[in-house]
Amino acid sequence: MTGTTPKIKLRNVHKAFGEKVVLDGVDLDVGVGESVVIIGGSGTGKSVTLKCILGLLHPDQGSVEVDGESVVGISQRRRDRINRKFGMLFQGAALFDSLPVWENVTFGLLAEKRCTRSDAEEIAVIKLGMVGLGPDVAHLYPAELSGGMQKRVGLARAIASDPEIIFFDEPTTGLDPIMADVINDLIVKITREVGATALSITHDMVSAKKIAHRIAMLYDGKIIWAGRTESIDGSGNEYVDQFINGRAEGPIKMAVRA
Amino acid sequence: MRFSPAWARVISAPMWARRSETVINPFQPIGRVFLAFLGATGRLASFSFSAFSHCFRPPFYFRTIFSEMIEIGYYSLPVVGLTAVFAGMVLALQSYTGFARFSAEGAVANVVVLSITRELGPVLAGLMVAGRIGASMAAEIGTMRVTEQIDALTTLSTNPMKYLVAPRLIAGLLMFPLLVLVADVIGVFGGYMVAVHKLGFNAANYLQRTWDFLRAEDVNSGLVKAAVFGIIVTLMGCYHGYNSKGGAEGVGAATTNAVVSSCILILSFDYVLTEMFFSK
Repeated sequence: MTGTTPKIKLRNVHKAFGEKVVLDGVDLDVGVGESVVIIGGSGTGKSVTLKCILGLLHPDQGSVEVDGESVVGISQRRRDRINRKFGMLFQGAALFDSLPVWENVTFGLLAEKRCTRSDAEEIAVIKLGMVGLGPDVAHLYPAELSGGMQKRVGLARAIASDPEIIFFDEPTTGLDPIMADVINDLIVKITREVGATALSITHDMVSAKKIAHRIAMLYDGKIIWAGRTESIDGSGNEYVDQFINGRAEGPIKMAVRA
Repeated sequence: MRFSPAWARVISAPMWARRSETVINPFQPIGRVFLAFLGATGRLASFSFSAFSHCFRPPFYFRTIFSEMIEIGYYSLPVVGLTAVFAGMVLALQSYTGFARFSAEGAVANVVVLSITRELGPVLAGLMVAGRIGASMAAEIGTMRVTEQIDALTTLSTNPMKYLVAPRLIAGLLMFPLLVLVADVIGVFGGYMVAVHKLGFNAANYLQRTWDFLRAEDVNSGLVKAAVFGIIVTLMGCYHGYNSKGGAEGVGAATTNAVVSSCILILSFDYVLTEMFFSK
């Protein structure tokens, strides 16, 4: 990774909502083709970090760079161009429930006019095949699918435009352990196949260990530990130890009230 | 829209308020309400400006515009038609009993056609469609907000203001006048039914009086009102839906706010527009 520009680079990112400080100086590098997972408890700002990179939220301070290009405070036109490099799998899949599955999958391609409506269905079937869904799913509506299938369709949509960077927001939350593992396998397989850089957030340690090259832990608005996945069990950091072992006792105090 | 942190702090708790926390300050709630009002007005103004500007800049989503036009125009016809026919009937009945007191029963036709085209057509249709369309828009867009579908649009190279808000505004602007035109005809017909079949007016005579008395200005002013109400209803539905937060409860609140605010705005703009058209 040394010498090359990281795919995503966050420096000293701050974000507060009113008086509540969520991000308090986040630094993070994600190398080309690397899979990084941010772990951390609920409400520690994992989603906010992702949204700052995606441009859905604007950091109050600090810099976010994608491919060495600063993306804070840029024009809508340049933001659109940057966002074409991104694919995102949302926590609840966030499928458009007024559209059939095939139109959901190819929504980004149609919006960028990279395919016509007549080709879209064929492309959708190919993408659905990549996530292990049959062509018969293409004409169903999202409400007719189970949670696991919705996640897969969401994944197909995220990879449909062959993105350089894919974001995964809690990919396994709300799924049974077997389906969670299926999704993890798909994430590993697909990011390898399309050669994409991946940035995920999760609090599921099994998932994190499976999909990550590197893991970073977010606590109290800062990255308190980052390292290779293999080294996390011997991190020597008591916050990380408490989190990955899921202990109620330790330096991390769960706020009972927000 | 972003506030600097300092300004955000001023909105949430003014400095003088914090200094005298123990003393009950009578100005504190007034100031808080006033600042919240200013904040809300500013947010609405900035949302409206952005929504309108997106109506004129490509890409245009004709498919969505068309389906919204069907939803607003075609599927509202039963509601609007029923409202208009009963309004016309009641109007004929009421004005007849009222005018009978000074032997001016002949004016029923004039009163019905004037009241319907100028006032009751646009206002009643506007209020009914606010309940139907404003609520469903707020609920749909609000659900899309809380399930992150609006964020998903952004990540799929689609501007949610262009894709969700602009087509609805355009559809509302185009369809409300047509709906009101239908409401005018049905309302006058309702008055005619009661006048001819219940109050014993001569049919040809009644129609002749209606037609002679009606001026283009009366209908046109109603249609302009309708276009304005169309913008109000769709804008309120989209605005409250777009800014809803916090799950099912937030969507419910957004729906209520959309309907209540569009009804109040319809009635107040009705006065303003009437003043503009007819005060000479």
